[in-house]
Amino acid sequence: MVVDYAKIGLKVGLEIHQQLATASKLFCSCPPLLFKEDPEIVFLRRLRPTQSELGQIDPAAYFEFQKGVKVLYEANRQSSCLVEMDEEPPHPMNIEAVEVVLMASLMMNMKPIDEVHVMRKTVIDGSNTTGFQRTSIIALDGWIKVGDKTIPMQAASLEEDAARKTGTEADGKIIRYRIDRLGIPLIEVATAPVIYSPQEAQDVALVIGRILRDTGKVMRGLGTIRQDLNVSLPNGALIEIKGVQQLDLISTVVEYEVQRQLGLIAVKEELSAKGITPQSISEDIVDVTDVFKETKSKVIRKAVDKKKAVKALKLHGFAGFLGRELMPNFRVGTELSDRAKFWGRVGGIFHTDEMPNYGITPEEVEAVKKAVGAVEGDTVVFVADSEENTVDALKAVAERAKELLTGVPAETRTAKEDGTTRYMRPRPGAARMYPETDIPPTLITEALVERIRANLPESAEKKQQRLTEQFGLNEKLAKQIVDSEYNLLFDAIATESGVSATTVAVFLTETLKALRRDGVQVENVSDEQVTAIFGAVGSGELAKEAVSDVFSWLTKNEGKKVQDATEALGLKMLSSQELEALVNRVMADNKAQIEKLGKSAFGLVMGLVMKEARGKATPDAVSKLVKQKLT
Amino acid sequence: MSKSEENLGYKGEALDAIKKAGCEVGDIVRVSGDDKIYEGILIPRSESGDSRHVVVKMKSGYNIGIRLSANVKIEKIGKGAKPTFESPPLPPQRLDLPKVVIMSTGGTIASRVDYRTGAVRSAISASDLYGVVPELADLAQVDTQIVLSIYSENLTQQHWRQIAEAAAKNIEEGAQGVVIAHGTDTMAYTAAALSFALQNLPVPVIVVGAQRSSDRPSSDAATNLIGAVNAAAYGQFAEVAIAMHETVADTSIVFNRAARVRKCHTSRRDTFKPVNALPIARATGHELTMLTPDFRKRDPTAKMVLKPNFSEKVALIKFYPGMDPAIIDWYVQNGFRGLLLEGSGLGHVSSTCFGAIQNAVSGGVVVALASQCIWGRVNMNVYDTGRDLLALGVVPADDMFPETALVKLMWTLGQTSDAEEAKKLFKTNIAGELSPRTLPQECAIKEGGQ
Repeated sequence: MVVDYAKIGLKVGLEIHQQLATASKLFCSCPPLLFKEDPEIVFLRRLRPTQSELGQIDPAAYFEFQKGVKVLYEANRQSSCLVEMDEEPPHPMNIEAVEVVLMASLMMNMKPIDEVHVMRKTVIDGSNTTGFQRTSIIALDGWIKVGDKTIPMQAASLEEDAARKTGTEADGKIIRYRIDRLGIPLIEVATAPVIYSPQEAQDVALVIGRILRDTGKVMRGLGTIRQDLNVSLPNGALIEIKGVQQLDLISTVVEYEVQRQLGLIAVKEELSAKGITPQSISEDIVDVTDVFKETKSKVIRKAVDKKKAVKALKLHGFAGFLGRELMPNFRVGTELSDRAKFWGRVGGIFHTDEMPNYGITPEEVEAVKKAVGAVEGDTVVFVADSEENTVDALKAVAERAKELLTGVPAETRTAKEDGTTRYMRPRPGAARMYPETDIPPTLITEALVERIRANLPESAEKKQQRLTEQFGLNEKLAKQIVDSEYNLLFDAIATESGVSATTVAVFLTETLKALRRDGVQVENVSDEQVTAIFGAVGSGELAKEAVSDVFSWLTKNEGKKVQDATEALGLKMLSSQELEALVNRVMADNKAQIEKLGKSAFGLVMGLVMKEARGKATPDAVSKLVKQKLT
Repeated sequence: MSKSEENLGYKGEALDAIKKAGCEVGDIVRVSGDDKIYEGILIPRSESGDSRHVVVKMKSGYNIGIRLSANVKIEKIGKGAKPTFESPPLPPQRLDLPKVVIMSTGGTIASRVDYRTGAVRSAISASDLYGVVPELADLAQVDTQIVLSIYSENLTQQHWRQIAEAAAKNIEEGAQGVVIAHGTDTMAYTAAALSFALQNLPVPVIVVGAQRSSDRPSSDAATNLIGAVNAAAYGQFAEVAIAMHETVADTSIVFNRAARVRKCHTSRRDTFKPVNALPIARATGHELTMLTPDFRKRDPTAKMVLKPNFSEKVALIKFYPGMDPAIIDWYVQNGFRGLLLEGSGLGHVSSTCFGAIQNAVSGGVVVALASQCIWGRVNMNVYDTGRDLLALGVVPADDMFPETALVKLMWTLGQTSDAEEAKKLFKTNIAGELSPRTLPQECAIKEGGQ
């Protein structure tokens, strides 16, 4: 679909969150680590909305509270203490984190504030054990250059990361959260909504990401950066898209969101033209369990056997619309089923537009239609689950169907790996914040600001220029390094390992990209290990041809050393004696031929030796030795 | 509102600048200086903050502190809204439910937040409480009463008397249970005092508090309060008990006998642990379970006896290596009538203190001794030092831990001025604080961890 984004009035704002690589968390001395094992500590809690805010309360959270939803927290001793458990007041703010945010702010030309006050932002979905997220503004009003355009930066904040959701139990009545991530410092930077195309959004994110990495104090790898997009169209709505993890997905996410909004606007116009109004949507939920007593449909069979219910809702005039595609693999029906899943805790919905299917017979479909009084042109949605969940699910479906007749509902969506987005929750009301009185304000002195300003990392342009001059990188490679999350590592390795800078640069950019594409878990190898690999190349213990193999082996064998890799892969370099023995043997085995060829036997011997020594001896060393032996 | 309240927390340079601009806290202000301009609501400043910054809440909801200097100008650009807290209407009282009085003594068992200004206000009235904890309406007909409004660390024996008298009045007027909201710091002292002052109780008296302030969604205040009201209304035990979280989870509320419970952690929700005893009951959701057959039964016909006098001339002296016996002499010289020594181990203090103790006893001072081990029973027959102390006339507190023994001694000397009679009363079980048997599971140490 070709869209003229300027003409339709697209506006995008970015909010980028990145975890800081500080020694400890923001409000306690725990290390910022995640764990994969089973939790050592679990405890059940319930968060209570502050009742005076009934009018503006986060509707989703209040709904969950009313339904008696509880939170089961998971922790281990290594990554959490009583502070994350909300069993001990927070410690004073981690000054290392404040300094990193100050550095990034100054790099974005923002003005630091004088005294930092930590606020409590109420969040009662369980992702924070306290019921609020601690957050603070560090600097305001700056700008960055993206190409020739100046992008205004609104603010840089320092906040605690939230717990991560690990699942649900008991028909969705218990949500599990792991508190290892809770308290990891996050920098949040926000642009003004002045981005007018999908590609521009990606370009701006790239520049911001580069600045954050240049601080040298941000975490790397999947899940450490989360890019939120605020996408709006004049005839659509402001949609907040949370958690885009891959930079190169940003333009796709924006494109798909525009497609979705345009599609929804078209659906609204077509339905309205047919005379369908919000009042046309009946809220009568009909029990059709009896229809499915003998059903062969596995999903429904399972529900009926467990004495659960099947309930149905008629959508007047909707026939054919639910199958309409809004984004790849995402139809109008998906809009309805996402709501049903969220509010009704069900696995999904059925609708007659997709019938017969899933083992449901045409006779059963007819019986359902009859039960709800559907006529030609209507569609029927039905759900199999507990009594309470089916009713909640179909109420949510009716609500969403009504919204189809008014346009695009403002909501918070979450980004998927393919660039499409799914319903996450309704937009929370205005940020409800009050002071965190347990933490004294942090003074930002002029002396501190000046010290940081005097030690800012070099700008991207300067760095690119230096890389070409100092290391002789070509312009393309220099640019790739500047954009890479390994750019500081490159400097260190290229300066100290003695390996050609171009070799290092190619590996850290193109090779890693290729490995990642092949599914290699690049994040599993630490900076120290990469440095050690090139150290081995520099000292002649490892051939540069073997770098990828060693790296890949290390991704699969966490905690092992470079030496373990070279041994396991049989890549140990030959000692000069071993190499000499090899050359002697090859020459002895081919004595007759060598004598015949005389001096021109070099190519033959070289080829035969390298065949056996590839990855275990450098071509230079072999060539030198062979030349020596032939004279 | 007085003038001092209008500029809450500001002093010195900052206060002068605010006054000069004709602003007060709550106003919408513009603060401009060199290259920065900020607009927002002028927010109260923490009393401990310096005098060089003003705090402004910006439109985004964030507070920031702005440093004042010669170039910085404050202007008032609008009259701010004062924090408002509208209570929801009182839900209809269900006349079939038991009557429970919730007495507040200070601190906040329930509160509301005004997000525009960040102000937190406690919810004290019945309608406020119902608004914040609507579950109460289904449990009891709740009446609320403010007895005191002070931090729990500022309470004295006079306040114990006041609370005891108010509770007794409520019971006499037909309350089917009393709940006392109390700061947790000295909650165990007050509860122990009440258990000696309110004897032969017909209904439960439940003391309750919170370890996380009630303005936060994760507060334990509401669940503790629901548990307390539930026990006050329906509990079978007519005793003074403390109701707090049993673990770090919100799953259960546990009721511990007032004279047998101690605050054992500075911050955890399950800070209150029974000492040399087991909990008497547990509430899981709305379900109340008795955990021991050994309790005083609810009996509306029981005739309550009020004994609210406590002596203020009783002190707690913690023994430590190298303690100067002149410390004991000071109390004797200053007219103290009872001393509770917190000794080491099975019940010992250094022999260097013997002279001072002998002097105290011969002067008619009641000297009792409990162990700083907290758990376990003093036994002063095992070692020479213990036997010597007994010979000097020191009274062993048996299985009472120091704080309860202190309150008991204060109460004892509030009942009689005769030292011998006081010693006898001190050794008599009044509220389950003394028991001849200690069972192996009556120690929180093994389950103190998570």
